[in-house]
Amino acid sequence: MAQGKPKLAVWKFASCDGCQLSLLDCEDELLAVAGAVEIASFPEATRATVKGPYDISLVEGSITTPHDEQRIHSIRRSSRFLVTIGACATAGGIQALRNFKDVNEFTSLVYAHPDYIQTLKKSTPVTDHVFVDFELRGCPINKYQLIEVLSALLHGRKPNTPPHAVCMECKQRGAVCVMVAHAIPCLGPVTQAGCGALCPSYARGCYGCFGPKETPNTASLAAGWAELGVSNRDLMRAFRGFNTYAEPFRRESEAHEK
Amino acid sequence: MTTEPVHAGGTVALEGEQLDRLITALSERKFEVLGPKLHDGAIVYDRLSSLNDLPSGWSDEQSPGKYRIKRGKGDALFGYVVGPHSWKKFLYPPVQRMWQAERNGKGLHILPNHDSAPSKFAFFGVRPCELSALAIQDKIFLGGPYVDPGYKARRENLFLVAVNCTQPGGNCFCASMNTGPKAVAGFDLALTELSQDGHRSFLVEIGTAAGAAMLSGIPHRPATDADKQLAERVLAHAARHMGRKLDTRDLKDLLYRNYEHPQWDKVAERCLSCANCTLVCPTCFCTTVEDSTDITGNHAERWRRWDSCFTVDFSYIHGGSVRATPRSRYRQWMVHKLAAWLDQFGVSGCVGCGRCITWCPVGIDITAEASAIRQSDQAKAPAEQGRESE
Repeated sequence: MAQGKPKLAVWKFASCDGCQLSLLDCEDELLAVAGAVEIASFPEATRATVKGPYDISLVEGSITTPHDEQRIHSIRRSSRFLVTIGACATAGGIQALRNFKDVNEFTSLVYAHPDYIQTLKKSTPVTDHVFVDFELRGCPINKYQLIEVLSALLHGRKPNTPPHAVCMECKQRGAVCVMVAHAIPCLGPVTQAGCGALCPSYARGCYGCFGPKETPNTASLAAGWAELGVSNRDLMRAFRGFNTYAEPFRRESEAHEK
Repeated sequence: MTTEPVHAGGTVALEGEQLDRLITALSERKFEVLGPKLHDGAIVYDRLSSLNDLPSGWSDEQSPGKYRIKRGKGDALFGYVVGPHSWKKFLYPPVQRMWQAERNGKGLHILPNHDSAPSKFAFFGVRPCELSALAIQDKIFLGGPYVDPGYKARRENLFLVAVNCTQPGGNCFCASMNTGPKAVAGFDLALTELSQDGHRSFLVEIGTAAGAAMLSGIPHRPATDADKQLAERVLAHAARHMGRKLDTRDLKDLLYRNYEHPQWDKVAERCLSCANCTLVCPTCFCTTVEDSTDITGNHAERWRRWDSCFTVDFSYIHGGSVRATPRSRYRQWMVHKLAAWLDQFGVSGCVGCGRCITWCPVGIDITAEASAIRQSDQAKAPAEQGRESE
């Protein structure tokens, strides 16, 4: 890092702001974060901005407009480390549902004057446009993982954000498998850990908020769901969530489209 | 009824309701009593305060990838088998802090790892397969030149009340692995639940002096020949009614000579590499360590947590993962468990509890995989295979 306090900037693209709010949500750790970095740009927290370049840029949101396309390049140029935060920036987000249809049809139905709307055909992750140093998963991200990534970057070590399945976290906390014990369809076995197995610990199936895990076998899990009586249509929908444009989920959803 | 002293090696009988006194006696001696309890629609291991906490009258139905609790036929206290938890979570916790340190000027100061006084656990209702699993983990954590101090401290204080299995489950195959349904060693006390004409009693085998001491003061009667015969009969019946079986003849060499068997491709099509099988396995013992700092960089910690050979990172060395495909990871797990374990620890890594079969979300069955490989042993001439199946 440069001399003095490293500069941290937070950038927003097409998103709900939930991920950058996770930073404010850090509460107990927020003062320590503010002590460790100079917050140079963080629209959810302050209007003040400090000129670049920035040591760490946290990018939230997906790229959906021609303007976004240009802006992400200028952010990349002024950032030493670029970290995407959340499913939108990392996989295209829920708004990537448009990628399966013709976006012009949507705009013509929604807006009185669709010609004012400048939008790209697809909602895409940041990594499709510029080099990304680290992708932090989640919808929203887990605040402890965010602190972990910041701590790791500040001190030159690798962040501990394992790419294994949610099942590892379920078993770690002793939760009873909802799929095996209650026949509840769960995306946990193909989804990356990071949430602490939140939904399964409340007897809900995993929604796949953290996107595909390493080597996900979505076809086998889908076959398992089908045995539980899940229809093809619902299988397609299950993989059309916040991370639908992440390759393994996209392919699996398309396999059930017919 | 008597409260006469009893001795290790002896057998007595307890009337059903007297068993509660055993839990009281353990609690009075400052044991944290842990045992089967109904929670979230499954029978898990948790803290017990009295016999009422046991899932009396409950049973379970298990098949590959499926677990359901249901009301049993009678009001048996132990009418179910093993559930999603195993005892390893108490002796070898899923996450443990190894040490922590603080920056001290230019140096480093190792902070004391505030471990409370070693826990004093009493496991109440340990199944014979689980006793075998415990013996295996003892070998791993205590047997070699590097002893795990935390495991050792917890293990030394442990009191074990075993329960023989009179109603094996749908995925049980302890009879194949010679680990059950009757406990033969490694317990302080071993119970066999006997139910006759609506009357419940327990045959209690006393394994150790500590077991005998715990039993003294609890009203019991001498075990009659009829009690012993009844216990033998129900246990023999259980041995004949295992849900699964695993043919262990020549199993080690069978797997060693079938590294390239097409069955590994077939199972890899189904395997989720989610790691559930290893985490529910009572013998799997792998961990990883994670080092972390806080945001100031002045405080560092090292944590150890359960890991699994099904993750990519598990076999990561410089340049990449050694076992990049689920095929190689499943093969590694199964060959280690059923074959390489014998070379490494002198015992199979499988105790036949069936957890990996039940808790696999897509129901992969280790006994079926082994049998598929045996059916088409690649190293055998087709004629020889034909003869065997005749």
